[in-house]
Amino acid sequence: MTLFIEQCLNGLQFGLLLFLLAAGLTLVFGIMDLVNLAHGSLYMIGAYFAATFSAFFDSFVLGAILALVATLLVGMAVEVIAIRKLYGRDHLDHVLATFGLILFFDESVRLIWGPAGLSLPLPSWLNTSVQVLPGISYSAYRLAIIVVTLAVAAGLYVLVMRTRIGMLIRAGATNRDMVSALGINIKLLFTLVFGLGAALAGLAGLMQAPILTVQIGMGESILILAFVVTVIGGIGSIRGAFIAAILVGFIDTLGRAFFPDLLRLVLPGAAASTAAPALSSMLIYLLMATVLVVRPEGLFPAGTK
Amino acid sequence: MTGLFTVRNAVVVVLLVALALLPVYSAVTGDRFMLTLFTRIVILSMAAVSLNLILGYGGMMSFGHAAYLGVGGYAVGMLAHEGVVSGWVQWPVALAASALFALVIGALSLRTRGVYFIMITLSFAQMAYYVVAGIARYGGDDGLTIYKRSDFSGLIDMNSKTQFYYLCLVLLYASIYLVWRLVNSRFGMVIQGARSNDNRMRAVGFPTYRYKLVCFVIAGTMCGLSGALLANNTDFVSPAVMYWTRSGDLIIMVVLGGMGSLFGPVFGTVALLVLEETLSGITEFWQIILGPLLLLVVLFARGGIDGLLSKVGRG
Repeated sequence: MTLFIEQCLNGLQFGLLLFLLAAGLTLVFGIMDLVNLAHGSLYMIGAYFAATFSAFFDSFVLGAILALVATLLVGMAVEVIAIRKLYGRDHLDHVLATFGLILFFDESVRLIWGPAGLSLPLPSWLNTSVQVLPGISYSAYRLAIIVVTLAVAAGLYVLVMRTRIGMLIRAGATNRDMVSALGINIKLLFTLVFGLGAALAGLAGLMQAPILTVQIGMGESILILAFVVTVIGGIGSIRGAFIAAILVGFIDTLGRAFFPDLLRLVLPGAAASTAAPALSSMLIYLLMATVLVVRPEGLFPAGTK
Repeated sequence: MTGLFTVRNAVVVVLLVALALLPVYSAVTGDRFMLTLFTRIVILSMAAVSLNLILGYGGMMSFGHAAYLGVGGYAVGMLAHEGVVSGWVQWPVALAASALFALVIGALSLRTRGVYFIMITLSFAQMAYYVVAGIARYGGDDGLTIYKRSDFSGLIDMNSKTQFYYLCLVLLYASIYLVWRLVNSRFGMVIQGARSNDNRMRAVGFPTYRYKLVCFVIAGTMCGLSGALLANNTDFVSPAVMYWTRSGDLIIMVVLGGMGSLFGPVFGTVALLVLEETLSGITEFWQIILGPLLLLVVLFARGGIDGLLSKVGRG
């Protein structure tokens, strides 16, 4: 039971982290109609910045804040230099061009930080565990991730639904030309949205950094999961991304933790232990396939609010 | 289609003849490396030709095409691991497995379109990657060494570099011929019509879903064959062969060469692999050059190499 609750919390934490990535992807897609494969690179860059800054200033929090700002700036710079020229073009062009960006970023990181990974040690006040329920303690850092991501999700909701800039973002998603005809600087708005997406990815990266090692290619495996989340949720829908992210986080984490045991009940021991790792990594893709059979546009298609 | 004697066609002929004569060059100069490099180029060209069938002609933006390389390769590898080395068993199994895989993936993915299709094919390929990486019996993450190549005893000696090269080349030319016949048939017209306007094709009365699915399966099977060749070429197969960046490489080959052109994928594969080889000779960090180069191609040279050559021909 203790293990179960712990894994549920892990699932929630992972799902919320996925949400940060998926929100950026879906926001950029919904508003600029842009498929951004390089989103994972921004996640990686956030982690590298955090590891570097926090080692330099000897402060985890200061490092994290600086990394966030730096990723935001990198994102905006990438938008101005490269991404801006891709709007309105074929999705295949987006895929290719941003694939090129991934190669560039991966190699730049290798050039600057070297091929070996970095680690981001936690400060002692986060490296403890907290009693969440009587008798059940949980990593304080993971709990902090849950709190921060929930706050960010709430902040994002307020930003998009309750502020003037959010109104412009929603209007831009519906009809770009109309918004710019009304005298709104749509170029600047797009740069800001892309920067916001980059910062969200960077935040996810820097928060994941102390749990995993900071290494080249770290953004690529999680990017695929973020894609799965956006597809399940319905591309362009932030609400869909949130629900799908939690769902995927839970299924992936709980699946890896308990599916092998469940399988052992059905299959003989040897067969179960051979099949389990392969099958449990398939679970979320099966979920995606099921969702698509029922609803090819995802759970919350963006057009039908 | 202005006459046969265009610059583009001249380049195609030169390329085809050069590929056919490469082992001769290699034997005369003793340059074994060229033969190794070009065997790889020919095999991957075939994969690119198959992707071009669905991407260029069918407009299906599959981002998981490398999965079939893996399925074909693992069919050979797993059978060899279990002691079945006859190519007459291995290859049909490789083809059937990739056809079946393409059928399942295609049947699900083709229900969607646009970005969804890109992301779904990508995700399914990643799923295949993780599944294979999880099977410890066949090497898991580390891959599977193939100790004995497919055995076509009496017909082809797979261990002879030259014979193997020619086998690959013949299969490449055969697949180009097949694609040519396909796209110019009624079937191919429906596929290309569906790319331009799917709704209209359905209104005319073609069940485009079925046509596209058949096309998807043909391309997957063809790519599975090149996966079987690739596994024989490297004597090794690993999950890395189906990693999504490999699918990206295949898309680059097709787009770099020219989408929806018969020989474009071959141009693209030769260009990409030779470029890789050259750049990695100059600097260890060659991808830092390749990445922005790709961006420039997307922005300024949409027709790819084939498009450039056609333009040169028109003056």
